[in-house]
Amino acid sequence: MLTRSSILRVVSKLLIPPIMLFALYVQFHGDFGPGGGFQAGVIFAAAFILYALIFGVDNARNAVPAWATRTMLASGVLLYGGVGVAAMLLGGDFLDYSVLNADPLTGQHLGITLIEFGVGTTVAGAMITIFLIFDGRLRAEKDD
Amino acid sequence: MAVTAYSLVRIHNLFAAVMMSGIYSLLGAVVYVVMDAVDVAFTEAAVGAGISTVLMLGTLALTTRMDKETKLVVPIPLAIVTVTGALLIYATMDMPHYGDPGAPVHHHVGPHYIEKSAQEVGPPNIVTSVLASYRGYDTLGETTVVFTAAVGVMALIGRSRRRKKVPPKTDPASKKEQET
Repeated sequence: MLTRSSILRVVSKLLIPPIMLFALYVQFHGDFGPGGGFQAGVIFAAAFILYALIFGVDNARNAVPAWATRTMLASGVLLYGGVGVAAMLLGGDFLDYSVLNADPLTGQHLGITLIEFGVGTTVAGAMITIFLIFDGRLRAEKDD
Repeated sequence: MAVTAYSLVRIHNLFAAVMMSGIYSLLGAVVYVVMDAVDVAFTEAAVGAGISTVLMLGTLALTTRMDKETKLVVPIPLAIVTVTGALLIYATMDMPHYGDPGAPVHHHVGPHYIEKSAQEVGPPNIVTSVLASYRGYDTLGETTVVFTAAVGVMALIGRSRRRKKVPPKTDPASKKEQET
């Protein structure tokens, strides 16, 4: 469903890169301002869904194949859990980031950045996967 | 918000209902901003007004656009809903006033987080340090919920499409026969 309206195409082409950049800003600036992994993941997925709506889902599937979103989906949770296990291996409690670095505050910062990134990856992967599956189902029904 | 909620209930065109729920979420986000909960407002605007509206529209495309005509007043559910609503409103009478410094919620771990989070965790945004560090287990659980939701959608809707593509000869049963 490629949109013929050139206004929509030009405007979304202009908007999508800043939306993705904003998602990254929200992701890594979450320690200092509002935001965090969850919001960042949703914004990133929104940029992708906008692309799919305007330029057609086939193009979007080519840009981000299904295996990539599924890997994102799983690796985020794994990263989160992995940080927890790493903290355990370094002698702390599960998800106690203070032991990740010699300085507890730096360790906390490192841990928070990592797990927020994990959350963002999983959320973005989940939203894109769900959207693509809905579309795939729609096509399968149309074929019948 | 009350107007959108009422029209949501009354409207028969599901497309308009989805748009109304998006507007409702956006208004909810504005309420959170007024109450200084910027992080929550952010999430509500992105998830409630943005993504869930798109997903609901996808669901509409899969199902139907108008809801079924139903009888207007069904007595027993109406009675249950009224009683439950009245009980909930009665329960709010016991709640402390908004912003009451003596409320129990302000005397549990809250003061500790506000005073110590800068020394113990670091980030200036206390919401982040509570979410990611003090309540790390909860956030891990939430992430797992999102993961499980996507896997569930994959298993429920994604699977039937793949099964259609597979020719009937490669059923699991015939695979078993090949192995034995």
